[in-house]
Amino acid sequence: MIELNSVNKSFGDLQVLKGIDLSVAKGEVLSVIGASGSGKSTMLYCINALEQIQGGSISVDGLDVHAKSTDINKLRQNIGMVFQQWNSFPHLTVLDNVALAPKIVLKKSADEARSIAEKQLQHVGLGDKLDTYPTRMSGGQQQRLAIARALAMEPGYMLFDEVTSALDPELVGEVLDTLRLLREDGMTMIVVTHEINFARDVSDRIAFFHQGVIEELAPAKELVNNPQRQRTQQFLSKVL
Amino acid sequence: MSESANAIQFFTGFRFSDLGFLAEAAGNTLLISVISISIGSVLGCLFGWALHVSVLARYLLGSVLDIFRSVPLIIQLLLFFNFFPILGLPLEPFAAGCIVLIFYTSALVAQVARGGIEAVPDSMRRASRSLGMSYLQDMRYVVWPIGARAMLPAWTGVALGVLKDSALVSVLGYLELLRASQILITRTQEPFIILAIVGAFYFALSYPIGKLSARLEQRWQYD
Repeated sequence: MIELNSVNKSFGDLQVLKGIDLSVAKGEVLSVIGASGSGKSTMLYCINALEQIQGGSISVDGLDVHAKSTDINKLRQNIGMVFQQWNSFPHLTVLDNVALAPKIVLKKSADEARSIAEKQLQHVGLGDKLDTYPTRMSGGQQQRLAIARALAMEPGYMLFDEVTSALDPELVGEVLDTLRLLREDGMTMIVVTHEINFARDVSDRIAFFHQGVIEELAPAKELVNNPQRQRTQQFLSKVL
Repeated sequence: MSESANAIQFFTGFRFSDLGFLAEAAGNTLLISVISISIGSVLGCLFGWALHVSVLARYLLGSVLDIFRSVPLIIQLLLFFNFFPILGLPLEPFAAGCIVLIFYTSALVAQVARGGIEAVPDSMRRASRSLGMSYLQDMRYVVWPIGARAMLPAWTGVALGVLKDSALVSVLGYLELLRASQILITRTQEPFIILAIVGAFYFALSYPIGKLSARLEQRWQYD
């Protein structure tokens, strides 16, 4: 379970998260929508301590993420993250991109790491690209590679930060299909996205962020089809 | 005896055995260059990393390195070589030359290395950290290989420059190629042929570095 209690986060004078309370249960898929700059992505970065918080607390499986005593590298092994920019390692083949972290972080043998990587790459439909270099692949393929790379650590949770925003429109579908696949596998996910229809169809709940607060949080279909708050209605009318 | 016969006793023409003398001097040029470039590059990478991570280092270390980069090498060599005897610690020309060249190289490599580290986007480093890699693992397996590729052409330029600049150590009396050529020119009065041979030696030393670097660059292409 991921739990956020009254989380505050500022960049200098700018407060981007204002007392966020949220909990995501094991197996749940939560989508986060809202305008750019509303704090959605920052929240993800705070959850795996890529950003520090100034107030409140975040725990993952009961472990305080921002406590000094927490082994942050260990914690991150349990929280996979995929970014807007896919950030493939350009000097490694597709296979080695995925096998690297299992090898050096989880200390798997080269053979084990290879078979983990092969399995994950098959899973996201890149089984025929093992020896290719990522720069030879499309954005959609590289994004699926990034997903496989995160999954290779066998995390309990996955965070997705606008993973389709930087993609050409015709490549969005293949990445969203991969996320659907993960949902079927029962993966716990927080998905920051601008794809409202995807969020409605795939997630259990949707949180609508507005200026650093959760303006509305409701079951997915309910929030999209029948938003209660005026700001949610305004936002949805603009993007749908 | 006529005057010209006298002159022959002082000035003897270029002999085949002089090539051995030059080859030995070329070996010395190679030695001081390899030592300076390798140690200087390692130091330079450490300095470059420090410049990247610390604001304080950028001011303090950066200023010191700027001095090494800005003051002509020949002045650095003469100052350093003559400074230690004042303290009662005379230095061999070779040691003094090595030390100055090492710091000179490191000052040049530091900026190159910092550029290499900064060629790796923050977002990529976040991606590797999000996989549970430690700072050092990220540096070793992601930043270093990507940064090294980015800095290779500039580093090659520095290495070739230092190899040629090592000629300046001749002013301290270290018998490297240029010093050897001066001795031979004095004796033979044949500057043209000797400088041409010395130039060929420098070329023979530099060419493999450039070739090796070009080959690495090709091998390191991302596809």
